[in-house]
Amino acid sequence: MIENRPWLTFASHATLFTGIALVALPVWLALVASTHPASAFGVGHIPLWFGDAGAETWGTVLFEKAGNGVDTPVWFMMLNSLIMALGITFGKIAISLLSAYAIVFFRFPFRNLCFWVIFMTLMLPVEVRIVPTYEVVANLDLLNSYTGLTLPLIASATATFLFRQCFLSIPGELVEAARMDGAGPWRFFFDILLPLSRTNIAALFVILFIYGWNQYLWPLLITTDDAYYTLVMSIKRMLSVTDGDIAWNQIMATTLLAMLPPVAVVIGMQKLFVKGLVDSEK
Amino acid sequence: MTVTFPQKSLPWLLLLPQLLITAIFFLWPAEQALEQAFYQEDAFGLSREFVGLENFLDLFTDPLYYQSILTTLVFSFSVAIVGMSLALLLAVMADRVIRGKLAYQTLLIWPYAVAPALAGVLWWILFDPSMGPIALWLKSAGVDWNHYLDGNQAMILVVIASTWKQISYNFLFFLAGLQAVPRSLIEAAAIDGASPFKRFWTIVFPLLSPTTFFLLVVNLVYAFFETFGVIDATTKGGPGQSTTTLVYKVFDDGFVGLDLGGSAAQSVVLMAIVGLMTVIQFRFIERKVQYS
Repeated sequence: MIENRPWLTFASHATLFTGIALVALPVWLALVASTHPASAFGVGHIPLWFGDAGAETWGTVLFEKAGNGVDTPVWFMMLNSLIMALGITFGKIAISLLSAYAIVFFRFPFRNLCFWVIFMTLMLPVEVRIVPTYEVVANLDLLNSYTGLTLPLIASATATFLFRQCFLSIPGELVEAARMDGAGPWRFFFDILLPLSRTNIAALFVILFIYGWNQYLWPLLITTDDAYYTLVMSIKRMLSVTDGDIAWNQIMATTLLAMLPPVAVVIGMQKLFVKGLVDSEK
Repeated sequence: MTVTFPQKSLPWLLLLPQLLITAIFFLWPAEQALEQAFYQEDAFGLSREFVGLENFLDLFTDPLYYQSILTTLVFSFSVAIVGMSLALLLAVMADRVIRGKLAYQTLLIWPYAVAPALAGVLWWILFDPSMGPIALWLKSAGVDWNHYLDGNQAMILVVIASTWKQISYNFLFFLAGLQAVPRSLIEAAAIDGASPFKRFWTIVFPLLSPTTFFLLVVNLVYAFFETFGVIDATTKGGPGQSTTTLVYKVFDDGFVGLDLGGSAAQSVVLMAIVGLMTVIQFRFIERKVQYS
């Protein structure tokens, strides 16, 4: 505090409160809407205060079926989303750790070329090459499978760069000492490198989990079998019902359930999340 | 780092998974897009003929494509500028307050975790012309809100939903930038009698410019490529073509319109744009590293 200006301090708090209220507004209304019966929505307004059908709607959506043309219950799609998110997260972290290890701690021909090939993935987001990627995955017979959901998304230049940066900061004496004590490359990797990059891995885990959970276009394209529906993409299927028949209360409940896990991760692991966000942009 | 392990084949083994996935799911499709861009395929995908640059010529003589470019620019800059201004305001306020900084941060950053498609759906309902509270309120204020018919209103809606999600990110980076401004500078200005507003515009804001520029690039990239879900779950590019961004058009022409050649040509153009943006981003980051 440079000087005491009570009015300005008050204005700051007021602005922040307004900001928080505006940011929370859509979620608040969705929560309210999910506690009313579907019939409450035809009459020209969304209810503004809680109704009494909340438990019923949430129960139906979670355990019976999400409704609006999607017959799978939310808990099942949550499981699919979890498998996809964890598959992408662990896959990305594993292959990035390995390739960063190779690039930093070994000298071999075409090392720079490999680095550039990995770098190229940054320039090719899936949205841009969507049609041919779909064809490749269809040719490999990976449609409607967990492999198809995760594998094409787990190459990541960002994670490789992050680990490379982290490994480069490890003093050379440490490697020398390890080698002198007779540690081979695998032993060095598991006993020294992994423990040293623990925080980085955890921070990246948070970011990648959110990334994986929130995948939308890719699962939408390659899953037609509802055994592989993920929660976020199911919203699109639910919305494609004819206008008059949409049960908004169920859509709202499903939407809230779909955003709950990643939001909980951000709030619960805020420190790691912020670190991951800042690190992955370096 | 100069100390390395002597093995020659082990590094290849370590790199193999990453290189394989990159080759199969990134380079091969990219190469196919490049190839497809020079061919015209019939509607059943049975035969195709080499047409040279015709797909590109079609693309660049198509008024709809230019419209889509314009839509993308309007959309991206709106998202970037609105989101960054609001986030900067909130960050400056949060930097001022002494109590509750972390609580404010927590309550402002969670939308980052919401999937774009879900953000779209949430706002879509708030603005629904027949039952959304905001739309009804606007109507009583004399604004005839109907994003199903009015292209500009549909655009405003997708901008709001996309911005909402991105404010958290901008907020975090602005707050970090603000906290890095040397206290002594601000104190010196305060002793010289500069008001808080004057101090902000003459000292803090210029010092924030690296952060601002970085965020501008990140926001543009976000608006270009990560807002597909917002648009697809809500307006589907409509009404008309009013919210069809370039990325949405690649998808729409390829999967809905089945114009594979045209879609591939658009992919190639987009890859060039991403390449350019990545280079800009990296150039800038190199500079940042040198300064620090």
